[in-house]
Amino acid sequence: MSDHESTYVPKTGIEKWLDERLPIIRFGADYMALPTPRNLNYWWTFGAILTLCLVVQIATGIVLAMHYTPNTELAFDSVERIMRDVPGGWLIRYVHANGASMFFIAVYIHMFRGLYYGSYKQPREMIWILGCVIFFLLIATAFLGYVLPWGQMSYWGAEVITNLIGAIPVIGEPILIWLRGGPAIDNATLNRFFSLHYLLPFAIAGVVFLHLWALHQVGQSNPVGILMPKDSRSKDYLPFHPYFTVKDGFAIILFLMLFAVFVFYNPNALGHADNYIEANPLQTPAHIVPEWYMLPFYAILRAIPDKFGGVVAMFAAIGVLFILPWLDTSRVRSMRYRPTMKKLFVIFVVVCLGLGWCGAQLPDANVIPGIGGGFTLFDGDINTYLWLTRVLTAYYFLFFLVLMPWVGLKETPLAVPASISEPVLTGETEQKG
Amino acid sequence: MTSTLTKRVAAGLFAAVALMGAGAAQAEGGALHPRNVNFSFEGPFGTFDQGQLQRGYRVYEQVCSACHSMNLMAYRMLGQEGGPFYDEHHEAARNPYVAAIAAQIEVPDTDTETGEPITRPATPADHFRAPFPNATAAAFANGGAAPPDLSVITKARHGGAEYVYSILTGYRDAPDGLRINPGQHYNPYMNGDMSPFWEGDEHHVPPGGFIAMAPPLVAGAVTYDDGTEPTVDQMAQDVAAFLAWAGDMHQVERKRTGFAVLIYLLLFGIITWFSYKKIWRDVGH
Repeated sequence: MSDHESTYVPKTGIEKWLDERLPIIRFGADYMALPTPRNLNYWWTFGAILTLCLVVQIATGIVLAMHYTPNTELAFDSVERIMRDVPGGWLIRYVHANGASMFFIAVYIHMFRGLYYGSYKQPREMIWILGCVIFFLLIATAFLGYVLPWGQMSYWGAEVITNLIGAIPVIGEPILIWLRGGPAIDNATLNRFFSLHYLLPFAIAGVVFLHLWALHQVGQSNPVGILMPKDSRSKDYLPFHPYFTVKDGFAIILFLMLFAVFVFYNPNALGHADNYIEANPLQTPAHIVPEWYMLPFYAILRAIPDKFGGVVAMFAAIGVLFILPWLDTSRVRSMRYRPTMKKLFVIFVVVCLGLGWCGAQLPDANVIPGIGGGFTLFDGDINTYLWLTRVLTAYYFLFFLVLMPWVGLKETPLAVPASISEPVLTGETEQKG
Repeated sequence: MTSTLTKRVAAGLFAAVALMGAGAAQAEGGALHPRNVNFSFEGPFGTFDQGQLQRGYRVYEQVCSACHSMNLMAYRMLGQEGGPFYDEHHEAARNPYVAAIAAQIEVPDTDTETGEPITRPATPADHFRAPFPNATAAAFANGGAAPPDLSVITKARHGGAEYVYSILTGYRDAPDGLRINPGQHYNPYMNGDMSPFWEGDEHHVPPGGFIAMAPPLVAGAVTYDDGTEPTVDQMAQDVAAFLAWAGDMHQVERKRTGFAVLIYLLLFGIITWFSYKKIWRDVGH
């Protein structure tokens, strides 16, 4: 919490001089001494992991920008040149490309953690909302970045996604032309996408700063979900350093091992082979799919028969997250003490994964192959990904808009401990996560 | 309870990531899965067989390069570390084998004295000579579709080198009832949908697609200096290995670096784990 007493004592003359003028060392020292709930489990390490992801993406991105050429004639070759001729270029580029996927793995776990433990609830609404802003900027940045290598999926992905804007009635078409810098995706589009792809990460860094500021204002949530005592010397707290630096550090090393397995042994496993074919506006790929981390939203887009309706649903799927703090009516934060909601949450996680799966399939393909065409409902066969996607999409929105408010009012939560120390002392929650 | 729940969620997330990759691969159409070849460069410790790369380059140079460009390749790359003609005594740009190979190839240039278009012997710095001046000319000479550039073909197709090998060795006579358009050939490993051309049982549409390239390899098409028998199968494997190297030429270095990185992270992780245990030793949480 920001109001915890500063324990920093400047020792040398230079430190004293600086502390009176710019207390930056005090800021850092207080950050390290931040009273942190002692029961944070490994799901809480993804904040540190995400900070690392952002730093890695910016650092590798700056180097890549030194060698990349944002021109439709040269972009594809310049990326390949980085892979061949730039010393260590293959490493930088594979880290950057796989880093995007790693970023999303971490951000999704971080968000599911916030959802499960009620981290968005009063008084942490601003932390959650800023997090949603970061998530939205992250999607935009990843999309812009995927266009830059100018492969087939880059081009056609950009075509599909920018076309969505054109589905907005009346103002869609002019906005589309303004976004693309012309009537079609071309050099002007690539140039501005490059410019914005370089800009947005710094905007993300700015919002991350606000996210942490809000976090330190109200303090971290915790697995028990109770408000922490005002007294920062309470034994419910531990100083951030060394207790959580070492815990985060260990989690980061495990995460880096997963990262390394992809970068060094399967660098192209998370990408699409078609993106190694240079963009060709005259040849549509057989099957346009976005990167895996966008698939759930892509599935929601395709679930709605009307194009504009699909766009609205897709943005609503992200937009609903922003008002989540006011949709949840329960007074209990942690789902650990909400047996009904916990089950619905597990279903929600499965539904999100299912939507991702559906996003990668052809809508007309049969879910259960071999039994062929079954019963046709409205515009599609029941046994197709179209209808599976619709059912999952319905649950996605039902979860937030109906189950969250309703279950919160109806369910009887389990007894919540009065303090963190209580379950710790009885050993009930020893080593979870 | 929470512990099992969280583990289940984590397992699900990572499984989903893996599955989505598989999902993308699955949605490719009705081609046969590429045939398995035990290439020397597969696996976390695989390396290229330099002799095979040399043979593969010869197949490319004498057969494929008549129609297929490799615009991202320069002759000097043949002599860099891990390349077909790498020699530790020579840096890539001064490698005599590479210089000799390049010198046999005439590349277009402009005479600086007269301004006239000329050809001259290539140097290691030159990029591979392209068979056609541009994509339009390539398409015109090949029935309307330009033969794909092969620089990164093994990364641009699911199955990589095994796909290339399977296409090259997979030509077979079309089954009865399959209509073949003039100038096309049937290949079960090619992506496509044969149902519009199939007059047989609609539930047994033949796999694969049409390919404009006639079977490019015939036994003995090239002569190997090392005495290897130039069978179609051998040449297909060799050229697939060469293309796998050309498409991702730092892959051996990459895997070697990865091994060191993982060992480092493992040791660092063990040390951090014990630090964690020590720091949290007497702290209930």
